[in-house]
Amino acid sequence: MFVLVHPHSKPLGKGQSETLAQRRNTRYSSQKMTNPPPLLRFDGVTCRFGDVTAVGGVSCDIAKGCFVAMVGASGSGKSTLLKTVNTLVEPTGGRVLFAGEDVSELPPARLRRRVGYVFQGIGLFPHMSVAENIAIGPRLAGEKLAAARIAELLELVELDPAYATRMPDELSGGQRQRVGVARALAGEPELLIMDEPFGALDPVTRDALGHKVRELHTRLGLTTVMVTHDMAEALLLADRVLVMDKGALVADEAPHTLLMGAGGAAAQALVAVPRDQAERLAAMEGRLA
Amino acid sequence: MNTIWEILPGLGDKLAAHVVLSASAIGLAMLIALPMAVWAGRSRIVSRLALSLASLVQTIPALALLALFFPLLLSLRSVFGEGLPTLGFLPALMALTLYALLPILRNAVTAQANLDEGVLEAADGVGMTKWQKLYLVEAPLSAPFIMAGIRTASVWTIGAATLATTIGQPSLGDPIFAGLQTQNWALVLAGCLASAGLALAADNLLWVIEVGLARRKRWMTFGGMAIVLLGILAALWAQRPASEERPVVIAAKSFSEQYILAQLIGSRLEAAGYRVEYRDGLGSAVVHSAVANSSVDISVDYTGTIWANFLKRADNPGREAMYETIRDWEAKANGVKVLGRLGFENAYAFAMRADRAQELGVTSLADLVGKGRSLTVGGDPEFFERPEWLAVRDAYGLRFGKTRNFAPTFMYNALQSGEADVISAYTSDGRIAADRLVVLADPKGALPSYDALLLLSPRIADDPGVAAALQPLLGAISVEAMREANFAVDREDAGKLTPKQAAEMLANRAGL
Repeated sequence: MFVLVHPHSKPLGKGQSETLAQRRNTRYSSQKMTNPPPLLRFDGVTCRFGDVTAVGGVSCDIAKGCFVAMVGASGSGKSTLLKTVNTLVEPTGGRVLFAGEDVSELPPARLRRRVGYVFQGIGLFPHMSVAENIAIGPRLAGEKLAAARIAELLELVELDPAYATRMPDELSGGQRQRVGVARALAGEPELLIMDEPFGALDPVTRDALGHKVRELHTRLGLTTVMVTHDMAEALLLADRVLVMDKGALVADEAPHTLLMGAGGAAAQALVAVPRDQAERLAAMEGRLA
Repeated sequence: MNTIWEILPGLGDKLAAHVVLSASAIGLAMLIALPMAVWAGRSRIVSRLALSLASLVQTIPALALLALFFPLLLSLRSVFGEGLPTLGFLPALMALTLYALLPILRNAVTAQANLDEGVLEAADGVGMTKWQKLYLVEAPLSAPFIMAGIRTASVWTIGAATLATTIGQPSLGDPIFAGLQTQNWALVLAGCLASAGLALAADNLLWVIEVGLARRKRWMTFGGMAIVLLGILAALWAQRPASEERPVVIAAKSFSEQYILAQLIGSRLEAAGYRVEYRDGLGSAVVHSAVANSSVDISVDYTGTIWANFLKRADNPGREAMYETIRDWEAKANGVKVLGRLGFENAYAFAMRADRAQELGVTSLADLVGKGRSLTVGGDPEFFERPEWLAVRDAYGLRFGKTRNFAPTFMYNALQSGEADVISAYTSDGRIAADRLVVLADPKGALPSYDALLLLSPRIADDPGVAAALQPLLGAISVEAMREANFAVDREDAGKLTPKQAAEMLANRAGL
């Protein structure tokens, strides 16, 4: 088992990121300092629903600061595995450790405030304004998010702060998902998990939002796990690509090693699709030129 | 005769009682249904069970549901003591609450089931506890649908509350039932208009709240709620007891004679300085129990009725023996004082149209033997369940082709239109003479006598003032005078009188 740390990860900046870093450090310092535990560890995680095994004994570590993409066909178990992190799914076997603690032993509400969650359904609360949606996490924790902070979060996801007073049904799909990302970031999470976050968006919006999230990951020093069925998206955004097939983790590679042919047959079958498309597009351009 | 517009302003008391009853029932139903819906949203078994039970309640006719609470509460007295009311507000509230449960429960359960999965996942994802999810997400998003259920429940409840009259709870059903019995259509229409108006008003106000919730317009939500609350408070204010002392409550069963006699008794008591209140349109069994437990104070009942229904006797020892047995039994078993007999009988008698009787050659019940199979006999809703019917049937060996139930006032119309060949008429009924009906003789004496009795509840049994005021009525009312008064109320033409006017006429004729 090896851990890839994002090569661009910089020392943490000022403000909230610093407090995040301090929080982590204090937690780690209470343990043995020789080998700090990974931020996230899947330890033989198994999820069975009746006779169906969605996830069959997956183990892997994710270091802090890493941007990991989990790729696989529909039904490969990638979403199920992701949801064990914030206990929306409870594994039937094995355990998930978050910063060294078994997530099943943490109070779910507290755990979920530390893990930002973005998903395809977006799930903005239709009866709350954009500002209320963004502020919901801190509100649950008993804090009131200042208007300036909401404006700052909206600017982070490239939305005009004037959107704060709008209702979700006045927004486009892409704008809604931007708000979804802002909401996930509002609680200064240690970990961002995303389940097909851009799946319902048009290609242009999807590409733009993908870049934006990657940039925020780097800027805020986040640790991110993103589930996607789109290998091109995974290769272009992630530091590390996990490939799931029939409930098993079949490949764990950096994007460039995957492109060079590593990871086995299932992974290569997924890589072949965007590569083939790119080659055909290039060929067409060559013909036109 | 009064027009609707003259009657409506006088219905304020009934309207207030109606509002308080309906609002209490809906409020209580919400208190039960909403937590149950939350529970049902988390357990499929609870959801199935709750919805099936609520649906089952709906299959019981509202009238029966109301009536069923009387014996239920009576049996519960062994647990809660004699103070438990068995008539009036409590049973009406319980029945209407059960009735209002279904629409609220069903809408609340459906609303929860139809919530957007994504929104619920997001609620979990942002770290809401179960209670926060309920309070911050599920409740506000379900609120417009739940409100729609409450609206439906309100319209149903306001409509069904008119039936509370039959178990002695004042409501807008009072003018409807009184009007139906005395064929005073203006009174019926006034009651219907008032309750329909109330239902419409409630529906629209709750609609404003619903829209306010759906479109998140707080002024609509809170404005609507404020008006509803003001309405209920105003009704409660109007309902406040006028004085500490309880008035003398006079009961009337649901037919003209009872309304007239109640007015006659009331006017005499008022003249003697008593405050009186009328409880009209009660069922026959309910009235007797109500007098026995002092829920009402005065009623007019009939020897034959008490003989068969409460003494459970089928024999016929003769008029005097029956009266004395009943007087002693009432005093001993119920503490009810039989003040005396009014002087006339309102017996069951079988009547036919004169032409039809002649055609068939029928003059007595014995003549019907063998001819009955081709005939239809009509009776009031309780007649075919009464021991009198069984006694007559078995004494003569009567077999009829068909038996049909009619409201007492419509029985005579049915005879005229040929929908019934023979009816169970009442001997004091004015329409026997007016319609020139033939009353069939009863040579075997199968039908008992039905002397009209004045019953006083234990509460006022020994009140000398009441006895003194009512004493002159005893033996003073002839069957001819009663028939005349009854017919004056039942007739449809210009000579029609209200029960109050008929009571005055009766008093004059009796020389009071």
